[in-house]
Amino acid sequence: MNEVINHSGDWLPVVFIGLMGLAVLAYAILDGYDLGVGILLPMGEEDERQRDTMIASIGPFWDANETWLVLAVGLLLIAFPAAHSLILMQLYIPVAIMLIGLIMRGVAFDFRAKAAVDHKLAWDRTFKIGSLITTLTQGYMLGQYVMGFDQSLSAILFCGLSAFGVTAAYCYIGAAWLVLKTEAKLQTRAVRWTRRAGRASLLGVVAVCLVNPLVNPGVFDRWFTFPLVMFVLLIPTLCFIGFITNDLLLRRLPKTADRHSALPFALVVGIFVLCFSGLGFSFFPDIVPGQMNIWEAASARESLQFILVGAVIVVPVILMYTFFSYRVFHGKATDLHYH
Amino acid sequence: MLDTLILSRIQFAANISFHILFPTITIALCWILFFFKLRFDLTDNPVWMRAYRFWVKIFALTFALGVVSGITMSFQFGTNWPGYMETVGNIAGPLLGYEVLTAFFLEATFLGIMLFGIKRVPSKVHTFSALMVAIGTTLSAFWILALNSWMQTPTGYEIRDGVVHATSWLEVIFNPSFPYRLAHMLLASGLTAAFFVCGLSAYRILKGDGKQAPRLALKTGLILAAVLAPLQAFVGDLHGLNTFEHQPQKIAAMEGVWETEHGAPLLLFAIPDEETRSNHFEVGVPRLASLILTHKADGEIPGLNEFEGDHPPVKPMFFGFRIMVGMGLLMLATAWAGCYLLRRRKALPKPFLKLLVAMTFSGWVATLAGWYVTEIGRQPWLVTGILKTADAVTPVAPANVGLSLALYLIVYVILMWAYIHTLKRMALKSVYVEEFETAEPVADGSLTNLPHSAQTSNRAGGAA
Repeated sequence: MNEVINHSGDWLPVVFIGLMGLAVLAYAILDGYDLGVGILLPMGEEDERQRDTMIASIGPFWDANETWLVLAVGLLLIAFPAAHSLILMQLYIPVAIMLIGLIMRGVAFDFRAKAAVDHKLAWDRTFKIGSLITTLTQGYMLGQYVMGFDQSLSAILFCGLSAFGVTAAYCYIGAAWLVLKTEAKLQTRAVRWTRRAGRASLLGVVAVCLVNPLVNPGVFDRWFTFPLVMFVLLIPTLCFIGFITNDLLLRRLPKTADRHSALPFALVVGIFVLCFSGLGFSFFPDIVPGQMNIWEAASARESLQFILVGAVIVVPVILMYTFFSYRVFHGKATDLHYH
Repeated sequence: MLDTLILSRIQFAANISFHILFPTITIALCWILFFFKLRFDLTDNPVWMRAYRFWVKIFALTFALGVVSGITMSFQFGTNWPGYMETVGNIAGPLLGYEVLTAFFLEATFLGIMLFGIKRVPSKVHTFSALMVAIGTTLSAFWILALNSWMQTPTGYEIRDGVVHATSWLEVIFNPSFPYRLAHMLLASGLTAAFFVCGLSAYRILKGDGKQAPRLALKTGLILAAVLAPLQAFVGDLHGLNTFEHQPQKIAAMEGVWETEHGAPLLLFAIPDEETRSNHFEVGVPRLASLILTHKADGEIPGLNEFEGDHPPVKPMFFGFRIMVGMGLLMLATAWAGCYLLRRRKALPKPFLKLLVAMTFSGWVATLAGWYVTEIGRQPWLVTGILKTADAVTPVAPANVGLSLALYLIVYVILMWAYIHTLKRMALKSVYVEEFETAEPVADGSLTNLPHSAQTSNRAGGAA
């Protein structure tokens, strides 16, 4: 924490890492649920209507959700250009593959509704595979980031674990979104998916929590030094309670009159926030773990001020119309139609 | 073996060329959609609504391709051009940031309401959403062209320790070439969208569509093109004069002028040769280039030899410029002829409709040619006078760049095929299906609700 005190006069990078953290978290939650829905698409012939409804539930939102990724990368580029080029060069190939995945799902979403009948299934497959590629590479990149871009075998194994964990987490939030947005048979199915994905995510979180401090001595020190240890233990405890509560709740869903159908999604969002703050806490104020902190990577003061003025004015407006859009499309998703 | 610099340049060119195709359509198409929807709100004429309903689907598809190909762009700077962000990140970062904040969220969020919310919000709110998307796409063009123009004609900055710092944001944004480039690009988008609308509508009519909506859209497109084409010639000329003032080596390459000349001819055709530093097979109009650029018949045009070693490659500039201008003139002639025919005969003759179909993507050709001229024309600089392209490239191994480039190219070819194929499908489908006014479609987006005979003939039509 000494760096923080030394740089106490220079608060702009701290503001920007906060903004970036918010953008990444918003991305993980928002695009998380639509990626999850993509992975969960059932591919049976008789499932076509369910696929339509599932995609309808994310239709009006996916584009704006993906914009949070552009904002996060944009903020990294604006505020911490040195870290931006360091990270993206290290992750060159996974980034390219993730982008292909994003392209696949983005276009499949539109093509599936417009192509001829015989191509629709192919585009649905493209959507599912594209979503899966995206989440796996994002998880892999998260693993690489945590491991300081280490290419040793153990690091790669950890990245594989992280790819699995992130994918499970996206499925978890995607399935919970479906519990909220669908009804009848599909909802019952979604409840089952949520429980399974929840258990897989729990496994992933536990594994990452065990491995991370073991391989990162800095993280170990930070986690297990009194008095911070009290705070650090609070996060996994709350997280664990969240998982268990959700599992118990899901066992009773769906209830009559659709009671409590929004609760699983809210709980998963809570778990995401907890995991994310745990991760942020492990590394702050480093922007590239062990290599570069936010003050070393920050861009010029006048640039940060210029963009901050815009952000302060525009971000509330963005939140307002995002809220408006979710209001317009509240309630259960029906089949998607381009009007 | 190709090195990382060449591969990165090819990859960037491939990515941005593929990307620009879609925004070029959507920037203006969204304003056209807003116009359709507004006319419907004002007149209650259902034909406007049908035209809107067909074109909004095309818009959604085109927009999606623009979004996904644009996301790749935002990663390119970091992955392939780290030197760019390290040197001019203080300028480029905030401009790109403002694009995300003011444009991307606006268009993405209201697009959801525009596409899926027509029954959930009052008609006026829906029209407002279309307006917000149109404003969003235009703002996006505003910011990205501010950055691009700054790279061409940088102002409002100082260099400290090899890193560029902004001294005046107003000068950075409103740099000398920005107003011309923005106007030129917005008009290009208008023309591209106009011919795109004309082409697909003409295709529908040729395939036997007897409905009013495609005729209305065709008329709108033709009138728009007829108005914008001469305007574009005027703005393009101003843009050229501005370039002549700030980047004379670019003009010299575009005009194929090697030695500084007084009363330079306007070359209609030539083959520039960088080895001998001269042109072969020149065909030109005497003194016209000087007259256009300096407004004096014997005005001086600095030649390429004044900038030896510091000017762009001549051939792509020379031909790119002629392709752009030629395409522009063809568009102007077509649009005016079309408006004349519409006035005289009320319906367009078949050969003219075929011409319009052939020109569906003429805007793409002109836009790409124009962008190649302006971007290649900046070489060897990435940011004029500040950073050379070769100094900004990534140290990543060529094999990695080769792999990513191959992946992108494969995806782009498939997408382009799927896009054009799907446009054709949608146009054919709309020949037989009314643009759903009252009844909900049984299976939206599929052809199952077609009468069987129609489907077979449409297959045959598709194969032909």
